[in-house]
Amino acid sequence: MSKTAIISAKDVDVFYGEKQALNKINLDIPENKVTSLIGPSGCGKSTFLRSINRMNDLVDICRVEGSITIKGQDIYAPEVDVVALRAKVGMVFQKPNPFPKSIYENVAYGPKIHGLAKSKTDMDELVEWSLIKAGLWKEVKDRLDQPGTGLSGGQQQRLCIARTIAVKPQVVLMDEPCSALDPIATAIIEELIDELRNNFTIVIVTHSMQQAARVSQRTAFFHLGELVESGATKSIFTSPEDERTQNYIMGRIG
Amino acid sequence: MANSDSATIDLVHSQRKKGYELFVMGVLILCSLVAVAVTVGIVLSLLFEAFRFFERIPLTEFLFGTQWSPQTALRADQVAAEGAFGAVPLITGTLLISFIAMCVATPLGLLSAIYLSEYASKRSRNLIKPALEILAGIPTVVYGFFAALTVAPLLRAGGESVGLDVSSESALAAGLVMGMMIIPLISSLSDDVINAVPQAMRDASLGMGATHSETIRKVVLPSAVPGIAGSLLLAASRAIGETMIVVMAAGLAANLTANPLEAVTTITAQIVALLTGDQEFDSAKTLSAFALGLVLFVTTLVLNVVALRIVRKYQEQYD
Amino acid sequence: MTDFITPSSQLKTRKSAEKRFQWYGRGAIIASLVFLVVMVGSILYKGSGAFTTTDVAIVVDLGPEAVDPANPQDARFEKIVKDALKARFPEATKRADRRKLYGLVSNDAGFELERFVLANPDKLGGEVRVWFRASDDFDILLKGTVDRTVDESERRLSDQEIGWIDTLLADGDVKRGFNWSFFTNGDSREPELAGILSALVGSALTLLVCFCFSFPVGILAAIYLEEFAPKNRFSDIIEVNINNLAAVPSIVFGLLGLSMLLNTFGMPRSSPLVGGLVLSLMTLPTIIIAARASLRAVPPSIREAALGMGASPVQATFHHVAPLALPGIMTGTIVGMAQALGETAPLLMIGMVAFIVDVPQSILEPATALPVQIFLWADAPERAFLEKTSAAIIVLLLFLITMNLLAIVLRRRFEKRF
Repeated sequence: MSKTAIISAKDVDVFYGEKQALNKINLDIPENKVTSLIGPSGCGKSTFLRSINRMNDLVDICRVEGSITIKGQDIYAPEVDVVALRAKVGMVFQKPNPFPKSIYENVAYGPKIHGLAKSKTDMDELVEWSLIKAGLWKEVKDRLDQPGTGLSGGQQQRLCIARTIAVKPQVVLMDEPCSALDPIATAIIEELIDELRNNFTIVIVTHSMQQAARVSQRTAFFHLGELVESGATKSIFTSPEDERTQNYIMGRIG
Repeated sequence: MANSDSATIDLVHSQRKKGYELFVMGVLILCSLVAVAVTVGIVLSLLFEAFRFFERIPLTEFLFGTQWSPQTALRADQVAAEGAFGAVPLITGTLLISFIAMCVATPLGLLSAIYLSEYASKRSRNLIKPALEILAGIPTVVYGFFAALTVAPLLRAGGESVGLDVSSESALAAGLVMGMMIIPLISSLSDDVINAVPQAMRDASLGMGATHSETIRKVVLPSAVPGIAGSLLLAASRAIGETMIVVMAAGLAANLTANPLEAVTTITAQIVALLTGDQEFDSAKTLSAFALGLVLFVTTLVLNVVALRIVRKYQEQYD
Repeated sequence: MTDFITPSSQLKTRKSAEKRFQWYGRGAIIASLVFLVVMVGSILYKGSGAFTTTDVAIVVDLGPEAVDPANPQDARFEKIVKDALKARFPEATKRADRRKLYGLVSNDAGFELERFVLANPDKLGGEVRVWFRASDDFDILLKGTVDRTVDESERRLSDQEIGWIDTLLADGDVKRGFNWSFFTNGDSREPELAGILSALVGSALTLLVCFCFSFPVGILAAIYLEEFAPKNRFSDIIEVNINNLAAVPSIVFGLLGLSMLLNTFGMPRSSPLVGGLVLSLMTLPTIIIAARASLRAVPPSIREAALGMGASPVQATFHHVAPLALPGIMTGTIVGMAQALGETAPLLMIGMVAFIVDVPQSILEPATALPVQIFLWADAPERAFLEKTSAAIIVLLLFLITMNLLAIVLRRRFEKRF
């Protein structure tokens, strides 16, 4: 385990019923960096992402073996509370999914359930901080009481990011956060991701290799349930060691 | 700002109150067990009371006796001199009325369903379907009133004019009106079933030059038969358990007959007659109502279980 | 070469078979709808009369001889009314005639006069013209349901009675008006006085109990089954159970109520409490099935969003999923309540079939319900109860239509575009 790694996965196997989705994954994810997971559809990159905050628990037939540690703690240890875990490891989903409530309530929900704000002023500050961090404050500060579902797709996704960081997690997982957005909205989110890494460790699953190259410092390439190789983004894209990585980057696997 | 400086993070303790959540879970499970408790309650109370009844009246007499007259002792050797408890006339009466109802409702309900799912435009479908559903929403006491005070006198008058003696509480009146009541049940269930037949099968038949009605009769209906059978069973179960129409229109005369123009009585009508008004709870007369209730419950349950099985199998076939 | 244009004779037969088949379907629909229209139409036609009523004015002697101004409540009001009628039509001298004469007004005329006197003490001391409710036969004659041309022996009113009524009419002593008392009175043996208030209140109390039990239990059960129940045998049993319970004949629930609630737990017979509980057991499957459907319609992304930021499953459900499903659950509940409102058979089993004049004051007092009232009146021999029964049905149907419309509006209004 490298010294800077915040998350470290050891021999992780994931099964859906009889089917094995991930096979012996070993990966260290460094703190305050953006790590992107790439690979063709069905390669297991989203499955891996969802094992990091145990969203896979929701699937009855899903079974995880091996160990994933965050700051040295095994997150699959029996005494770990998934709720506490997810408060520390937030997630942004593929499709923007704001609650059908006001913008303010969307952001305030997490701090409320986790008891992070002591007073109304605290909460107001926290909501403002989160929205500023998510680059949405200027656009919505006059209409915080309006429904979050009324925003544009890109704004909705930034609202979801604000909602996630309002809980002040250590890690933010992003599952193809731009796949439902147009190029302009995508560019804004990518910039945002770059800024967020000062405060958070970010793991992002992406379909687009350009995006991985633009936003991430580290890249891991998954193929058919295996981690083929991982390393600094630049070296993965310029001098991949594995032939499969090479083929994928050249567009031969897709 | 967001990162704590501590080397480790706390994944074990969260803000949520676990005791409270366990309590909520317990309440949720308890609520869903109410449904089970109701079934158990029904079975237990029916079995218990019926058992006490069969202590006095032998099961064979109840199931095979052809005399039903719980009020008076007919023969001196009658057990406890409490009257005759042969349920056969009630069962035949129930079957007769349900049969009449099914004879009315099956063609009307089925043809309506076929027309609605195969021919009707979306607009008229959206109008006709709710209109038919109204029939299902009208309380049964209203059907009973209509059957007893409008249909029965009409049938009687009509019978007289052609020289037939129609009883003023005929099985026909109750059966006809009950049939109308279960039309929407058959039509909406069959509608679902017919809609579930894949369009590809219709296309194949139409593509060979069959007319629409030929396609329906030779392709759509045959493959929908199991589902339709299921819906008919559910409708029959509904007819057998229907109470108010028969209480008001079929009367209480326990005649063993297959003539729809005569008065017959049914299991449900007898239960109502036995349990309304003055009653001593321990008499065979009162307890017999629970024995009848048990017969009714078991019959409808078997019909439902079989019907649901058939429908589910059918749905899986096209999923 | 085959001719595609001119149809062969075989094709013609097939085409006409097609036409015929379509008409079978149309015929079936038309037959069902005609039945519906005839049934509802005949009830509307028969019941409309009950909403008007007839009053007749009679000059009564309220002098000090008849009513002591110091103790007006001690007067013999019934006799005063009878004397007034005798004075109006002195030609009735035979006992049988007198009885017919007294029958022009309702049996309760004495009480009506008492109420009038106690409310208007200033009118005492002389002759006063007072309006009395006319008897049901009188009322029916005016509504034209009695055929005057039928032979006297075959109708309920004799020529003499009709003569009196015509005299009263000619003198302007008869008025017709909206039958408010139908909504403000309880049941009565006299059709002209019978009203639905006690039955309406009984129904309302019963539904209240039904709602208070089945709504929370139904929602919570649905939430458990849809959101939390593990996929195992236990959940399967509950599921199958609910489906079968939905198809159990209503009268069986009545038997359960009689044997369990009344005889085992000793709850008060004929009370809205027991009636409501029995109906709630019946509506429970409806509510659970509807609630599960609307919970299922909430997109999983909402659940994921909440869980993904560390809400516990209970929090995610109660903060986000359940509120979104609520309109759908309400719709299902209203439909279930409408079913319960129209249900009769189980209430007969637990004794809510009594003759109730007074309005029930609590859920523990004996009461009846609107459909049971309809059942009781339908059995009454007086002709005038036929129109009362129909009128009560109209009121019941109006309530049901309102509830169903409410359900539809709710569904339209809150239909979420996820």
